[in-house]
Amino acid sequence: MAPATKALYKQVFPVKSDLESAGKVSTEVRRILRSLGVEPEVVRRAGIVCFEGEMNIALYTKGGRIILIVRDDRVELLFSDRGPGIADIDLVKQPGYSTAPDWARELGFGAGMGIPNMEANSDRFAMYSRVGVGTVIRATIFRRCHETCGGNRAPGT
Amino acid sequence: MKLAEVIERLGLEVLVPGDLGRRVRWGFCSDLLSDVLAHAQEGDLWITHQRHLNVVAVAKLKGVAGVVCVRGLHPSQEVLAKARKEGVTVLASAEDAFEVAGKLYGLLSP
Repeated sequence: MAPATKALYKQVFPVKSDLESAGKVSTEVRRILRSLGVEPEVVRRAGIVCFEGEMNIALYTKGGRIILIVRDDRVELLFSDRGPGIADIDLVKQPGYSTAPDWARELGFGAGMGIPNMEANSDRFAMYSRVGVGTVIRATIFRRCHETCGGNRAPGT
Repeated sequence: MKLAEVIERLGLEVLVPGDLGRRVRWGFCSDLLSDVLAHAQEGDLWITHQRHLNVVAVAKLKGVAGVVCVRGLHPSQEVLAKARKEGVTVLASAEDAFEVAGKLYGLLSP
């Protein structure tokens, strides 16, 4: 795997444990990516990954943050929160598994598709968690070949 | 079929117009946001009972042709203002999801 190229853009977004403001970061991330001229398909995928991650932080954690890093060859989204952490990561990656409370399900959350959606829309997806501490997710979306691409894209893309 | 024509044929109420000249590809019925994010396609008309702020975000993310709030449910002014800002079409029907979906299917199926 080629080393990541220099970051063209980086921004940190705090995310509160509050559904009312949830969705704001993904809207802002999409706006930034579009203004940077990132390919529409990459913007679309990053928007979905960001929204699902943002909702997870808002719904299930004590708050956290999202870091957006745009590179020449990829967009990275780093999610981190202050707990409660996930005991069984394989389980939460299973479509349909959810710990959402009833009130969240009534709002259309808790389909058990959030993390599978994040993974499906990422080219690389890594998740680490410690119960009582928090969860960290790194989602990478490779940018497709464009004019400045030397043909040396990441494998699998 | 153009969104404006779908609105007319289905007798939908326009709460936020957005782009009425858009082509409606197909319909999608779901109240689960992640389901919409995973499976709805750009240009689909999204039929739902959900009417909170995140519906606008999901509609925008997926580029659906519009959101149809069914069974007489109307989103709050705050949600409509957000939709206006984001250019998301919001429609309403007094009929239930089954009826709206059935009629839309009749209009769009080949």
